[in-house]
Amino acid sequence: MLATIGVGSLQEIFDRQIPEAVRLGRELELPDGLPEQDVYEHLRALASRNTSTEDELSFLGAGMYDHYVPALIDMLMERSEFLTPYTPYQPEISQGGLQVMFEYQTAISELTALPVSNASVYEGPSAVAAAGYLAKLHNGGKRFVVSAGLHPHTIETLRTNAHGYGMEVLEVPLLAGASGGVTDPDAWAEAIDGETSAAIFAQPNFYGAVEDAAALSAAAKASANPVVVAQVDPITLGVLAAPGECGVDVAVGEGQPLGNRLDFGGPSFGFFAAREEYMRRMPGRIAGETIDVDGRRGFVLTLQTREQHIRREKATSNICTSQALNALAGVVYLTWLGRRGIVELGELLLARTHYARERLAAIPGVEKLHEQPVIREFALRIDADVAAVRRRCAPQGVNPGVDVQALSGRPEDRGVLLVAITERRSRADIDRLVDVLGAAVAAETEASVPA
Amino acid sequence: MQREAARTIFQKGAPGRRAFVCPDMDVPALDVSELLPERFRRAQPPRLPEVSEPEIVRHYVGISKRNFDLDSGFYPLGSCTMKHNPRLHERVAALPGHARLHPLQDPERAQGALELMWNLQQALSEISGLPHVSLQPSAGSHGELAGVLLTRAYHEQRGEGGRVPNKVLTPDTAHGTNPATVTMAGFEVVKVATNADGGVDIDDLRAKADADVACLMLTNPNTLGLFDPNISEIAEIVHGVGATLYYDGANLNAVMGLSRPGDMGFDIVHFNLHKSFTQPHGGGGPGSGPIAVSERIAPFLPVPVVGRDEEGAFALEYERGRSIGRLRGFHGNYGCFVRSYAYICSLGGDGLKDASETAVLNANYLLARLKEHGVAEYLTLPYGELCMHEFVLSGGPMKRALEIKTLDLAKRLLDFGFHPPTVYFPLLVDEALMVEPTETETKETLDAFAAAIAAILREAAEDPEIARGAPYSTPVRRLDEVAAAKNPVLREALA
Amino acid sequence: MSQASYPADLLYHPEHDWARIAEEDPEHATLGITWYAQDQLGEVVFFEAPAVGATLTKDEPYTEVESVKAVSDVVAPLSGEIVEVNQAATENPGTINEDPYGEGWLVKVRLSDPAERETLLDAASYKATLAG
Repeated sequence: MLATIGVGSLQEIFDRQIPEAVRLGRELELPDGLPEQDVYEHLRALASRNTSTEDELSFLGAGMYDHYVPALIDMLMERSEFLTPYTPYQPEISQGGLQVMFEYQTAISELTALPVSNASVYEGPSAVAAAGYLAKLHNGGKRFVVSAGLHPHTIETLRTNAHGYGMEVLEVPLLAGASGGVTDPDAWAEAIDGETSAAIFAQPNFYGAVEDAAALSAAAKASANPVVVAQVDPITLGVLAAPGECGVDVAVGEGQPLGNRLDFGGPSFGFFAAREEYMRRMPGRIAGETIDVDGRRGFVLTLQTREQHIRREKATSNICTSQALNALAGVVYLTWLGRRGIVELGELLLARTHYARERLAAIPGVEKLHEQPVIREFALRIDADVAAVRRRCAPQGVNPGVDVQALSGRPEDRGVLLVAITERRSRADIDRLVDVLGAAVAAETEASVPA
Repeated sequence: MQREAARTIFQKGAPGRRAFVCPDMDVPALDVSELLPERFRRAQPPRLPEVSEPEIVRHYVGISKRNFDLDSGFYPLGSCTMKHNPRLHERVAALPGHARLHPLQDPERAQGALELMWNLQQALSEISGLPHVSLQPSAGSHGELAGVLLTRAYHEQRGEGGRVPNKVLTPDTAHGTNPATVTMAGFEVVKVATNADGGVDIDDLRAKADADVACLMLTNPNTLGLFDPNISEIAEIVHGVGATLYYDGANLNAVMGLSRPGDMGFDIVHFNLHKSFTQPHGGGGPGSGPIAVSERIAPFLPVPVVGRDEEGAFALEYERGRSIGRLRGFHGNYGCFVRSYAYICSLGGDGLKDASETAVLNANYLLARLKEHGVAEYLTLPYGELCMHEFVLSGGPMKRALEIKTLDLAKRLLDFGFHPPTVYFPLLVDEALMVEPTETETKETLDAFAAAIAAILREAAEDPEIARGAPYSTPVRRLDEVAAAKNPVLREALA
Repeated sequence: MSQASYPADLLYHPEHDWARIAEEDPEHATLGITWYAQDQLGEVVFFEAPAVGATLTKDEPYTEVESVKAVSDVVAPLSGEIVEVNQAATENPGTINEDPYGEGWLVKVRLSDPAERETLLDAASYKATLAG
């Protein structure tokens, strides 16, 4: 090979191209390579030091959830034809991937009741930031008005991005008191004016409450015309009214609950759907239908002029690689659930969530944070140190939920525990949670009473 | 079978069919209307398919066969680094301790994961020559966004509230994500010219580098596959005006263990774990774009970052006073970290260097084969003599002499069982063809590819119509992209 | 339109736009993109006309034209206010390729500074810029 190239040695190829001043000139200080079986043992040893949802009864949620992923998804995602190709730049030999995108877009459009979906973005919070960028390109407003009911990671991500492209972020609080737990409708209406580029809320919100999405959308458009954005939980959309039916312009969210593993936070996918008028401002890839020279139905990446690789500085986003494989898992999952399954699953979650909240709120020292309807997750206020209570549950093999203040950093979240319900948490599991949490709260309360 | 008309899953199934069996309603079954006011409820369910599990499997396995993939054949896409995806990685990523770990699990019970992330941070730091790493960004372009936002934060702090320089320089050979990212981060793009040797035009850089410039974004080797011999001088010029130097890691596969961006003078580097570090491309993701930064940029890193205390326990650190904040939920694409980490463990420092050396050897060998008689007259090398891990040819002479374009050559390659190289990029080269074989490929494959190119050119000399009408043997032939853009149909219409 | 064409009765802007000012009506101009521009773009798939009443500033982009390959800014050769837009071109953007100087016109403006026409090129000078 060297002879064909016309050099005397491999080293010559580097000597002629890399200036001496920047040659490393030593070995990389990394451990030596290992045979496959040793790498496997090492990774297995690391795994064994993690307590997964297989090792404990987990009620952790707050954005990612321990749903059941059917085995056929594992099988499909490992197929070479889906796992190893690149983004479909040569559509003639990428019809598999392009058709999956087209089906995925159809499924998300159905789920959200909005006509246009892209082929996925990275995940939930950055999808909201992308929606903000769309709004900015669309109407050039000055600020985003956001409900404090959005996930703290979403608000933080939006702020980081908005600082870059020069938009303000104004937070509208939740109501407190008896009708508390949802976005303050008066504060919301008042905050939105002619300078508002986008009005953004979550459904359900971070504390598990179901918001009045139609009212929030209507109020946003009453005296101004911002882009109304909702971050929605896809698993609830068999039961909850779809964002497209509630006056929402752009619906985004975290797709992990749809057929994707927890994977310690990623990779998953974000979905992004919108009204027709925003089609040409959508970020990311979109697959479209067309025909070939022989009249055969086929699919291509379309509206590519919006994307970074043609439009460059005028692009609607900079997304190149997105989450195609995870979106595949998403559409297969939705297909597996099917038209009736998504409703049945939603109703099961609704019933179990209600049951769990009622039983837990009956524990002395534990009360509901709010009285709003909940569907898959809810917040409790505990009259004890949440971190300490959780530590008492751990040896029982129970993880009762998320310490909200540790996540949000908000003083008003002190004592708040966020409990997530999935179809994997049976009634018996919930009853066990009640027992363990009850005992932990009681023990913690007693321990902190001065002698 | 492959040529059957495409039918989506929405066109299959029948009312009543199902795959999912819902777990029993084991709690008191209350009326939904008691739990959720009617106005919050969905009136009609989403029109998802009604299909059985065998139907689902047959459908998706069937359409998978309409995909070319890396496990099946050569995929020399320039700047994409289509190297082999070891299957060990799927096995370890699927271990429940990794796959079923919730991101909000307490650090004491996620020490394996945090140690893995810490080790990966250390390894990426060593490979790049920069001390501080964040694993958070979700893809290369996300890493770029992080880099430009870090640059903004750095200048804001330097200027102490005064004016922040508002321009970012990118070479005219830059990847499309670079200018898009710059605009998203609130900067203005200014192009820097490429010189006759394919490197950054130093005079043009000097002219444009002033106090208004916040950053120069580069990749080295660049998208022409050439290592810029003036990189040290470039770094000096950029640092001289107080700007940052950003490294797009898309071409890292050329230099692992040979040269480090940190040593070249770069302040911020992003890695594409789905390129050099074998995270499978998945047909368009997921990827992961960690960043490494120099000491002066470190205070601004996105949070959280994995740290280790004096007792050796690992934790996610959120308190970094001048951090730009977070760029996404949780801490990044851990599933990608597992795979990349397994790769680095398998290869070790020696192996990574070996990979880069072989990648460069393969590219130069293939280039030499394509310089042979019968090809060189039509596909010319506009810049350089040798290359690093990839090279760019111009199909301009082919277009004039044989009346077929780079596009036609690419489509005809499909009939020969190869995925074509990247086409029409970089924009600087007329009828560009960007080829990156990677270290995975054998000499036999490279020879076969060169032979196919030569055959297509010979064929075109006789009858250019063949290439212009290609491909012929694929599940669909050339598709009408104009119609798709004019009248976009982006979902299945349902009754 | 398959053959390059640069009508002599038009004025041209180096960013590949033309203006037609009728002798009997020097206060108004019809604007569009040149044969070269549409040839570079390829088949136009989308054109969204700006609003009537919008202001154009000479040398600044005032709208966009999109093909499969690229989105291109359309630069205003002259300053003024839009009095009419070509709805037919938005419905059938291919007209911009087929007849860039006729049916493929983009907007009509009332000029705010008719003297600006002196800065534009004639057909010969514009063609010379393309040869480079």
